[in-house]
Amino acid sequence: MKTSVRFLFFVLVGMLVSSISLSKTILLKPGTSIQKAVDAASAGDTLILKSGVYRENGIVIRKSLTILGENRPEIDGQGKGNILIIAADQVRIEGLKLSNTGRSTMDDSAGIKFFDSKHCVIKNNLLENTFFGLHFSNSSDMTITENVLISNAEREYQTGNGIHLWKCKNNLITNNQVSGHRDGVYLEFVTKTEVEDNLVSKNKRYGLHFMFSHENSYRRNTFRGNGAGVAVMYTKNMVMENNRFEENWGASSYGILLKDISDSKVIGNTFLKNTVGIYMEGSSRIEFEGNTFRENGWALKLMASCDQNTFKGNNFTQNTFDMSSNGSVVLNTITENYWDKYEGYDLDKNYVGDIPYRPINLYSVIVEKIPAAVILWRSFMVTLLDRMEKILPTLTPDQMIDQSPKMRPYDFG
Amino acid sequence: MISVNAISKKFGKQEVLKEFKLSFEKGNSYAIMGPNGSGKTTLIKSILGMVLPDKGEILVNGQSIKGRNDYRQLIGYMPQIGRYPQNMKIGQLFSMMKDMRPEIKQYDLDLVEEFELDKIKDKSMGTLSGGTRQKVSAALAFLFNPEILILDEPTAGLDPIAVEILKSKIKRERESGKLILITSHILSDLEELTNQAIYIFEGEVFFNDSIESLKEITSEEKFSPAIAKLMQWTLKKKSTTKVLTYA
Amino acid sequence: MLKLLKYALYDILKSRFAIIYTVFLAMVAVSIYQVSDDLSKVSLSLMNILIMIVPLISAVFATTHFYNNLEFIELMLAQPVKRSQVFLSQLFAVILMLSLSIVIGFGLPMVLWGADSSLITLLAVGVILSAVFTGFAFLASVITRDKAKAIGISLALWIYFSLVYDGFVLYLIYSFADYPLEKVTLGLVMLNPVDLGRILMLMQLDISALMGYTGAFFQQFFSSGLGVLVSAGALVLWMLWPGMLASRVFGKRDF
Repeated sequence: MKTSVRFLFFVLVGMLVSSISLSKTILLKPGTSIQKAVDAASAGDTLILKSGVYRENGIVIRKSLTILGENRPEIDGQGKGNILIIAADQVRIEGLKLSNTGRSTMDDSAGIKFFDSKHCVIKNNLLENTFFGLHFSNSSDMTITENVLISNAEREYQTGNGIHLWKCKNNLITNNQVSGHRDGVYLEFVTKTEVEDNLVSKNKRYGLHFMFSHENSYRRNTFRGNGAGVAVMYTKNMVMENNRFEENWGASSYGILLKDISDSKVIGNTFLKNTVGIYMEGSSRIEFEGNTFRENGWALKLMASCDQNTFKGNNFTQNTFDMSSNGSVVLNTITENYWDKYEGYDLDKNYVGDIPYRPINLYSVIVEKIPAAVILWRSFMVTLLDRMEKILPTLTPDQMIDQSPKMRPYDFG
Repeated sequence: MISVNAISKKFGKQEVLKEFKLSFEKGNSYAIMGPNGSGKTTLIKSILGMVLPDKGEILVNGQSIKGRNDYRQLIGYMPQIGRYPQNMKIGQLFSMMKDMRPEIKQYDLDLVEEFELDKIKDKSMGTLSGGTRQKVSAALAFLFNPEILILDEPTAGLDPIAVEILKSKIKRERESGKLILITSHILSDLEELTNQAIYIFEGEVFFNDSIESLKEITSEEKFSPAIAKLMQWTLKKKSTTKVLTYA
Repeated sequence: MLKLLKYALYDILKSRFAIIYTVFLAMVAVSIYQVSDDLSKVSLSLMNILIMIVPLISAVFATTHFYNNLEFIELMLAQPVKRSQVFLSQLFAVILMLSLSIVIGFGLPMVLWGADSSLITLLAVGVILSAVFTGFAFLASVITRDKAKAIGISLALWIYFSLVYDGFVLYLIYSFADYPLEKVTLGLVMLNPVDLGRILMLMQLDISALMGYTGAFFQQFFSSGLGVLVSAGALVLWMLWPGMLASRVFGKRDF
């Protein structure tokens, strides 16, 4: 008690000396009520939670507070409702462990739930066994960084989304790790938000799921082993750069699912070992450049109604099928890519193959129609069929041609 | 020692042996004769277990050979044409054959020495001439001192010196009381080497007795004319059967 | 038995064919290693060659070898050894030789330049297919008495299992595309050793593709305990029954 008084004294003196504000710092120990401390505090105050377990839920914060954890105190929601509910500006939550929220889909129980907030920082928190992790509605200018969200749910319906934003703008989501939730990161009606350097893995449904969310960018994230990969729907002006999409395996699993996307850029990403690297439907004017497609079942599935997309300067290596399509896909540009299946020659030594490459092979067309036929892939008969088709194309769409296939793969470093 | 009890064998529709009965006794040397396709080789191969009769049984030392292989220890067989693993050397072939009968430790190396096979023991079988291969076959047949010797055209392809060496070897074995079966088209050899004549015709024994009685029956003084007469008789028999059939 | 095998093996391992075949495989492997920039591409190219060449060569060579060794087999039959052992020693000698050629021809470059699990699987598939088609070849050899006919049957079996059968399966899948055919397809695949071997490789090389749609059904089957058991069992049966049947026919055959 004595030391804490002394500590308090020094802090107060320090604050007075620097004369920044009149805010005070309040120390809390396990066993005391956080809600009471919050109610007692005034805007601008700092609450420091000492290490230990606080069994409390439904803590409502309506003023600008900073809540810091010392040696990661745990707030245990004991399986009831939300843990923190915040509707205020300039709130900072840092260094806490939040665990065991309720499991209600009625109120979407969350570790921290924000309403109508601005300029908040959520940093370096650990969320375990929460239904939703961080849940934001109608908020802006939030910084969500260095948080770790782990859910151990067995099934999709047993868990909510990791980081969930609805009607938000100007946010920064960086360096978080999200695993085991329904969707790792879910954005709906979100604009001008940057999602960077996050590791999103093993979520039940999508690693990243966003809808009607324009002008956002996604950079350097890793999406690994999520149920169905990443889904981007009904969106325009999006930038996806230098992300990694790995091992998204499953019957309807993709590196990225692009549905009704337009005017966007997909640049420098790596698609490794996905059932389908990119699945596109109804999308137009997207530039795909400098991406690496490696060891995917299908690097690209381009469905009809995709037009004016450009695939330029990408590497396609060791995919079972480079490209497939459900029909006559026209008006897309495929050029200057490297295809490891290319068997042409380069007589003029300009590193560009002299004959065009057809990324859609016969058997991928057949498999598209009859999925069970995949079992015959790489049989002598199928190889013969594909050879014949290459010499005399009949079934494969003749517009889908890379006129200048590269002889050597690009080095994207 | 060997008794062939009413064996029959068909190859396709062709009946090669018909209720064939014969027995071979120890101490005798049999000349097995007959026109091509009469069943001589089938008989030999049946005794060796290479051809499996459709009916009847073969006893060696009183035991049926069906499903057995140990009785072959008693038999030395020299095939008509001996072909061997191409890449194997003569020396290796001999040690392999010795390996097949590990219980026999006493080898009869007379022929190996007389044919001077030791000198060429590092030659591989593939490079040998037909005659040399026959020498190897002969030496192998005698190697284990078997009680029964089955020699299929033993002198064919051998040079005259080798023929003499082989013949004297056969005689020595006969005198030591072994059972010897020889097929050959060289009648003079047969006369020299055997005391019993068996003439097979169309899968049946047409004649089976000592060479002496053969000569008596055919009232010929020499072996060749006696056989020639036997052949004439078989032809007659054939024509009579035909007549009978048509009647 | 071991004695017979030892001598049969000794003969066959020193044959010119064993050396040519090994060198041929090694040259193929080396050249593929030279032009491919990574291992899975190597195993892809090697697999394409192996799936086609190994059954063909096994079938033709084993048939030829059987007939070339007929006199030797006859020589052995006149010795106090069991017929079945004479036969099996020849069969195993051929299988061992063909397998050794693959393991050395493909394996040495792997030791030199590295291998991954798919390449190890490839070696196993090569050995399995050698055994299966040697069995077929010996069966073809014992049921005919004519070398040309036996080679014809062996070749026909090769074409059937490598090409015709898959064509038939594809036709079937195509014709009944509206029905769920996964289980039927799976059953059909069990009836073709070449397909089984190929799918072992597919599980390594195209795992991502197999995870999708119907593929997942196959993938789940072939990676489940039961699936491994069933497919391994099927392969073992394919390795055993032609040889066993041939051995029975051999046991009753006249020489």
